[in-house]
Amino acid sequence: MNLDSKIPSGHISEKWTNHQFESKLVNPANRRKFSVIVVGTGLAGASASASLAELGYNVKTLCIHDSPRRAHSIAAQGGINAAKNYQNDGDSVYRLFYDTIKGGDFRAREANVHRLAENSVKIIDHCVALGVPFAREYGGLLANRSFGGAQVSRTFYARGQTGQQLLLGAYSAMMRQVDAKKVELLNFREMLDLVLVDGKARGVICRNVLTGEIESHAADAVILATGGYGNVFYLSTNAKWSNATAIWRAHKRGAAFGNPCFTQIHPTCIPVSGDYQSKLTLMSESLRNDGRVWVPKNGTDARSPDLIPEDERDYYLERIYPSFGNLAPRDIASRAAKFVCDEGRGVGNTKLAVYLDFAAAIKRDGRPVIEGKYGNLFQMYEKITGENPYKVPMRIYPAVHYTMGGLWVDYNLQSTIPGLHVLGEANFSDHGANRLGASALMQGLSDGYFVIPTTLANYLGSTKLDKVDVSHQAFKDARAGVEQGISRMMNIKGGKTADELHRKLGKLMWDNCGMARNEQSLNKLLEEIPKLRDEFWNDLRIPGDAATLNQELERAGRVADFIELGELMARDALERRESCGGHFRTEFQTQDNEAQRDDEKFCHVAAWEYQGEGKAAKRNTEALNFEYVKLATRSYK
Amino acid sequence: MAGNNNSRTMRINLKVWRQQNEKVQGNLVDYTLDSVSPDMSFLEMFDVLNEQLVKKGEEPVAFAHDCREGICGSCAMVIDGEPHGPQTGTTTCQLHMRSFSDGDTIVVEPFRAKAFPVVKDLVTNRTALDRIQAAGGYVTVSTGNAPDGNAIPISKEIADLAMDAAACIQCGACVAACRNGSAMLFVSAKVSQLALLPQGQAERDRRVSRMVWQMDEEDFGSCTNMGSCAAACPKEIKVENIARINREYAHAMLFGRVSERVSDE
Repeated sequence: MNLDSKIPSGHISEKWTNHQFESKLVNPANRRKFSVIVVGTGLAGASASASLAELGYNVKTLCIHDSPRRAHSIAAQGGINAAKNYQNDGDSVYRLFYDTIKGGDFRAREANVHRLAENSVKIIDHCVALGVPFAREYGGLLANRSFGGAQVSRTFYARGQTGQQLLLGAYSAMMRQVDAKKVELLNFREMLDLVLVDGKARGVICRNVLTGEIESHAADAVILATGGYGNVFYLSTNAKWSNATAIWRAHKRGAAFGNPCFTQIHPTCIPVSGDYQSKLTLMSESLRNDGRVWVPKNGTDARSPDLIPEDERDYYLERIYPSFGNLAPRDIASRAAKFVCDEGRGVGNTKLAVYLDFAAAIKRDGRPVIEGKYGNLFQMYEKITGENPYKVPMRIYPAVHYTMGGLWVDYNLQSTIPGLHVLGEANFSDHGANRLGASALMQGLSDGYFVIPTTLANYLGSTKLDKVDVSHQAFKDARAGVEQGISRMMNIKGGKTADELHRKLGKLMWDNCGMARNEQSLNKLLEEIPKLRDEFWNDLRIPGDAATLNQELERAGRVADFIELGELMARDALERRESCGGHFRTEFQTQDNEAQRDDEKFCHVAAWEYQGEGKAAKRNTEALNFEYVKLATRSYK
Repeated sequence: MAGNNNSRTMRINLKVWRQQNEKVQGNLVDYTLDSVSPDMSFLEMFDVLNEQLVKKGEEPVAFAHDCREGICGSCAMVIDGEPHGPQTGTTTCQLHMRSFSDGDTIVVEPFRAKAFPVVKDLVTNRTALDRIQAAGGYVTVSTGNAPDGNAIPISKEIADLAMDAAACIQCGACVAACRNGSAMLFVSAKVSQLALLPQGQAERDRRVSRMVWQMDEEDFGSCTNMGSCAAACPKEIKVENIARINREYAHAMLFGRVSERVSDE
């Protein structure tokens, strides 16, 4: 498999500029002759649809919801990073680049990350122009706050609803193009296969979820922006409909899957309350600006938190990581919470929680200030738990939140299938083994607004594309395959619901491939998953008819793919015999329990190649070269 | 308190609207759930019900949901006659069973409005709202030509007011709560956000007229200033926005050069 990253030559600060100049262009009159399919309408998909349509391409955009604005980017809370240095605290493009490389534990490409940091600045400008109501200072200028893994204040925000406001900006830009008839919006569509003609991505097969109709759509290129696969774990902060089906089916058509085991466990989520739990809710990392994380020094201390005196509390993040304190990066803060709970010092009924305490901040700044910063988050916490966080410390616990892994892409964001580009969380590209807070929004918008317009033109301008329409045999075959898959699931007529099987998968994944993994747990997982797959294909039950709205059918198709992807994640985690970022192998840790990388053997991307039904995927590697940032042990102490 | 009420469970009787598709008549069907935890969300209770129905080989209740954090705007149930149920400022997904009592009977229906046809059971089609957004809910600015973010100072008060309006999640509760089925609160929230901000000034007349005309093209009713929309809004969008849209619309009619109807061609 050819894993040419196509990193441009030149100094790191000039690579993207050079590449933009060297890339092929498509002249404005010719753009209207090209068509592009965009799957997904989160930050990456909506911004790509808008910017490509603005340039004059004919865009067809698919979304699974009634409205594109429901995509899960909407739920991002805390903020978006940008190297504006408005705070005069020493920030720069290079520092954002450096922080992101280090935060990712040296497992991302330098060139991609530098481009991301460069684009961060333009994203803020464009979003302001679109009318995104960012938080402002009294003088009318933009406000910032701090996020984990950085010692500068570079995070722009719109209360605790930054993702919502950025998505509405991208959505409004896309809807303007819908009105201009440059974007054809196909809502209620779920992509179920990718169609290749002569080895190039030329279209998709999708199901209209309202009517059950299977449709074929052809184009000159396909863009996937379908988000991450955290729902493999069943319980995660992802929305219930977030799924891996589009990327997984593209993988089965030949797109390599990069670093599938790199999963981010977010340290501040509301703990599980019962077996019926359907999802986990994040409490923004921004809360760690003012909240202090602690557990009782003594695990048997069952007093209510306000009765535990200061000297009997262990503010363990401040103790272990004095220079970053409560703003230690996510992987580190999550692992620390797991350690104190494993020591038996967790709080609450399940003992699987730690306190996030605002008493000191409220005393220092007054309740109105805290309410102004986090009001909606406190309200959300109270609605879910029935407790008032202004009076009682929040209880939080880590939960699956983001997947750094995804389809492998080169510098142009093109997968190993020519013509298939992958943007946002769906690709593996910029966050290495751990993503820093407020960087996901940045990446989605950088890819969609500023990268793909250049790199797609380069592809279209340099590739010979024959006329292809949906009458081509490849579409007929793919469509028949999708129809067979659906009728196969409908006809199992067993006794288990898709959710029941999904919960089982989630528990297996969390227990064996979650916050800590080792050879034994991963081997066990690799034994269990095939059994679960058999159970799925022999005992699934989907009532009703496939030719109508059938939410059980939709769910089942996604669970089938999650099971296969879960197996690949286990295999990837097993083969990566080191710890890095969110991938923590218990066999590879330092004396003080930090992740121990092995740069000799594993300073590379693992890109998995599908080998066919029932066969183990093949592991290929792309070496990572660090020319600018020195490989070092990541320390936040 | 999460995790502390598990010992206490409730028996809940449900009357749920079942309707196979848009063309056939629907009706309320009775279900009883025996061990509902007070810590469950309203939708988690429906998950439990659906799991039981599927096991019995019956079709589960179709309902829209996604983020379950109160922000995507998917979930939409009329609970005991109120869109999103009894708790103010709360979406259906954020409503928890601790708001109900053991033995309660709860009636659950879809968001009803002429502009929101029922697709199945509790799922309606709310795409009319997207068409209103497409008619003018944007600032015309193409990627790549924006000035520096700090080039346009915006006072904190104005930015906060714009953010209040921008918090709308497009769920349609305002429409479902309105006896006329009007989308005025929804449209006014978008118009207000952009009318308040300097970035939205250049096309304010065009925006408000096109959005209002598109609303009229869809099957929404007229606003008669009853205010039930704002009372039902899970994001507590204020009725003042309707006053603002009326001013904006009057301005467009008096001073704007708006000769176009919905289409620009």
